[in-house]
Amino acid sequence: MEMAEVVRPSTAPRPGRSADGGADRKTRRAPRRGGRRAPGAVAVLLLPFVVLFLLFYLVPIGYAIHQSFFKVRREGTFGRPETVFGGFEQYVRVFENEAFRESVGRVLLFGVVQVPVMLGLALLFALLLDSGLLPLKRFFRLAYFAPYAVPGVIAAIIWGFLYSPSLSPFSWVTERVPFMSGSLVLWSLANVTTWMFTGYNMLIIYAALKAVPQELYEAARLDGAGNIRIALSIKVPMVRPALVLTGVFSIIGTLQLFTEPQVFRSLTTAVTGSYTPNLVVYSTSVIPNFNLAAAFSVVLALATFALSFTFLRIAQRGSSL
Amino acid sequence: MSTSPYVRKLLPLLVMVVFAGYMLAPLWWLLIAASKSRADLTSTNPLWFADFNLADNLGDLFAFQDGLFLRWILNSVLYAGVGALGATVIAAMAGYALAKFEFPGREVVFNVVLGGVLLPATTLALPLFLLLSQAGMADTLWAVLLPSLVSPFGVYLSRVYAASSVPDELLEAARVDGHGELRVFFRVAAPLMAPGLVTVFLFQFVQIWNNFFLPLIMLRDESLFPVTLGLFAWNSQATQQAPELRTLVIVGAAVSVVPLIIAFLSLQRFWRSGLTTGGLK
Repeated sequence: MEMAEVVRPSTAPRPGRSADGGADRKTRRAPRRGGRRAPGAVAVLLLPFVVLFLLFYLVPIGYAIHQSFFKVRREGTFGRPETVFGGFEQYVRVFENEAFRESVGRVLLFGVVQVPVMLGLALLFALLLDSGLLPLKRFFRLAYFAPYAVPGVIAAIIWGFLYSPSLSPFSWVTERVPFMSGSLVLWSLANVTTWMFTGYNMLIIYAALKAVPQELYEAARLDGAGNIRIALSIKVPMVRPALVLTGVFSIIGTLQLFTEPQVFRSLTTAVTGSYTPNLVVYSTSVIPNFNLAAAFSVVLALATFALSFTFLRIAQRGSSL
Repeated sequence: MSTSPYVRKLLPLLVMVVFAGYMLAPLWWLLIAASKSRADLTSTNPLWFADFNLADNLGDLFAFQDGLFLRWILNSVLYAGVGALGATVIAAMAGYALAKFEFPGREVVFNVVLGGVLLPATTLALPLFLLLSQAGMADTLWAVLLPSLVSPFGVYLSRVYAASSVPDELLEAARVDGHGELRVFFRVAAPLMAPGLVTVFLFQFVQIWNNFFLPLIMLRDESLFPVTLGLFAWNSQATQQAPELRTLVIVGAAVSVVPLIIAFLSLQRFWRSGLTTGGLK
């Protein structure tokens, strides 16, 4: 049951970690990596990925940026449309678009609440699994991970039924609480995301906890520290990289929110075609106004990058203190 | 903390049990609902079995519109299976090259790949659609399959696996024996990387199976839909004009979720190795 894989955290390269047990590691130095020069072999091995990455990542990004600088002009209402250079015109429209601004505000509010709640729960569950106080550890791991196997569309469909007053097994709640109303539906969506990803994040954090050397706990225990003290002052700081990683991926996921609200659109009028930034992109492309949709996409990608990097910077600055 | 030992022992268990209920109740409800007739769905206890109608429901599901649902399942298997297999081979080759060879621009390539990990796939879907429409490929299976062959995260994982599990001496020995570089990769390196590559395959498989935005944008032809998009289409119709589709949506959701959950849980060992490596960044 425990990990018997070839890849174990202790053998993988671990940059910037010399304080803990570094002496032990230095004595058995990893073999020097990547010494061989063989241009022909490299070309053959890399070529398939590089070509596909170019075609399906870099070219589309370049194309989206390119498209975002053009606009469609018509002569009169029924004139022939022609595409002309528009400079930053589309970007001005992006920032003037109130629905888009509201959608960004909405997912930020969602993220500020949902991400800490989800990661807090994931951390709590991982610590409990690691505490040695629990029976049925394997069952809990499997049960909590199971929702991750459910595709977003299906998760949203299931919860759509569970929220409905007539079909829900919890109808005594759903008859009283309007989960699909304008004021609550954002948190109903947050619940779907939390349900899907808490177990996944728990496993990432739990795997990181397993990699912490046990000697650290023994030393603390000798100093008289209890379970809670050990959890807060040793375990949590040690799994910080895992928390940062799950944090970054959660932020990306939040800004990209699309599937679940798209499913909910057919269940409630409270979720509009501009409910999240990606829904704005989609609705704009359906109009179709590809130039504006491309500008929305570019702004959204830049915002995602900026937010992820900011979070990484803050998290790393905190850890060096 | 001066609480009694019972509380200290029982509280963690209680918390875990309550949340296990939260995690499992929706899936339990789905299985129960899938076994009920349309009349029983609203009139009987939603969390327990009524007349066991699963066989009829499955029959209806697979017979509906000439077996369209089976077609969707097969499409998903094709997109996710072939896409993930191809992506794994391609990512393994690239990751191995990045880990074991010295060449100009190596770090640049690796950093661009890492940037690709952070880039939201939804950003790519729209421009990809425009490009593929111009190539006349938008409403074809290639539009979903080809982009699925690229997995930057897979390259990242493969590089870590190659660096940590393939000893240079073994590669040297194979080369001394006169094997070409490709043969060395497929015969010596790839088998050593295999446990890690299963992880790469799983991550990509799930990613493709769950992908919704790309097929939604690309596909108009219902017979090309993956099962997620198909169920979405049925669900939208069920809530708006065809409530008789509701049972089909529920049964279809159960049918598409159960094999995934079983596959997931039985392969959990491999997830953990991927999660550990990912968490090291």
